[in-house]
Amino acid sequence: MTRPPRPYMKCNLCGGLAIIRMPQHRLNLCEEHFDQWVLKMVQRAIERHSMFRPHERVLVAVSGGKDSLALWDILTRLGYQTEGVYIHLGITHEDYSDVSQAQVEAFAVERGLSYQVVDVGATYGQTVPDLRNTGRGKHLCAVCGLVKRHVMNRIAYEGGYDAIATGHQLDDEAAILLQNTLHWRAGYLQRQGPVLPSTHPRLARKVKPLCTLYERETAAYALMRGIEFVEQECPYAVRATSIFIKHILNQLENRSPGTKRQFYDGLVRGRASGELVFSAPDIDDEPALAPDDYQTCPRCGQPTLSPGLCAFCRLWEPAP
Amino acid sequence: METARITYRKRVLEVAAGMTVYSAIEKMGIDPSTVIAVRAKRVVNEQTILEAGDELKLVNVISGG
Ligand code: SF4
Ligand SMILES: [Zn+2]
Ligand SMILES: [Zn+2]
Repeated sequence: MTRPPRPYMKCNLCGGLAIIRMPQHRLNLCEEHFDQWVLKMVQRAIERHSMFRPHERVLVAVSGGKDSLALWDILTRLGYQTEGVYIHLGITHEDYSDVSQAQVEAFAVERGLSYQVVDVGATYGQTVPDLRNTGRGKHLCAVCGLVKRHVMNRIAYEGGYDAIATGHQLDDEAAILLQNTLHWRAGYLQRQGPVLPSTHPRLARKVKPLCTLYERETAAYALMRGIEFVEQECPYAVRATSIFIKHILNQLENRSPGTKRQFYDGLVRGRASGELVFSAPDIDDEPALAPDDYQTCPRCGQPTLSPGLCAFCRLWEPAP
Repeated sequence: METARITYRKRVLEVAAGMTVYSAIEKMGIDPSTVIAVRAKRVVNEQTILEAGDELKLVNVISGG
């Protein structure tokens, strides 16, 4: 069990008042040093995994939540060339999508950053919740993920971006990894990581610069920086298994600090060293083939595994 | 009795001043690793002693999806 913190929590670097305790790093930091530490962690992850370089253009997928806005803030402060994209999913429960869009816009306007909005309903004729009926039995979050990946690939291709950055942090990654392991999804275990390289001109490189930070740290960063973010959860996330999985991982972490980090780092390192090898059957909408091996979707032009409509375009077909 | 007020989502709890943030979070039945505590718009550590009249906001850090 976690031991209650000792009194007088001091910054390990300057002795000032600490604002955060990070047992997995044996580190307590004050505002100023935590701020510097976060920037350093992200910069290091970008370099170590060759995510992108200063002259490259990065499309930041922003949802209005703490992680993606913190990411955009950090990348801007580190001097990278970024633009935001907000995908309006058409979730009307508690005005979730509208509220989130307003949050993204306020953030961007205040900082003079450029961004674009893709309204799924207006662009494709149906919102993500509408697709529940034609999603062929897929869980709504799976449909949503498919839509978001497709839109991001399209925007990145049309805008000539070098990479798409998302706000996934270590807790997200550890939760995904645990689910992938529980189901032994070899294809995902082979591909999950800080960078998904581009294998086709229409499939942009995907990067996760926050992958070394715990969720609690990105939240503290956002709060400390005065970033206003949407605290409300997507209504469909409330029942999501990922939240339950995160609580379980946090219990393990409380017992043994660093567990989440070791779990994820072990995958990334083990694969890099060749110790871990998964046979990798390809994944529907994001196959890892050579460009010539792809088929082209006749409707949207995106690469796909099998002849005919791609998984995204099939979503909009009436159920068989 | 002098108290501090803690809010978490729609829940509000009054606790005795002099308690640590950590104890107050536990008192609400929350795993302290899943929230960040904010007082007067500043992030405060878990060992902070709550003073009478303090308004502490706990921000959930676990997102799903
Ligand atoms: S919780 Fe599910 S439906 Fe909501 S934004 Fe995330 S993936 Fe989409
Ligand atoms: Zn310090
Ligand atoms: Zn298509």
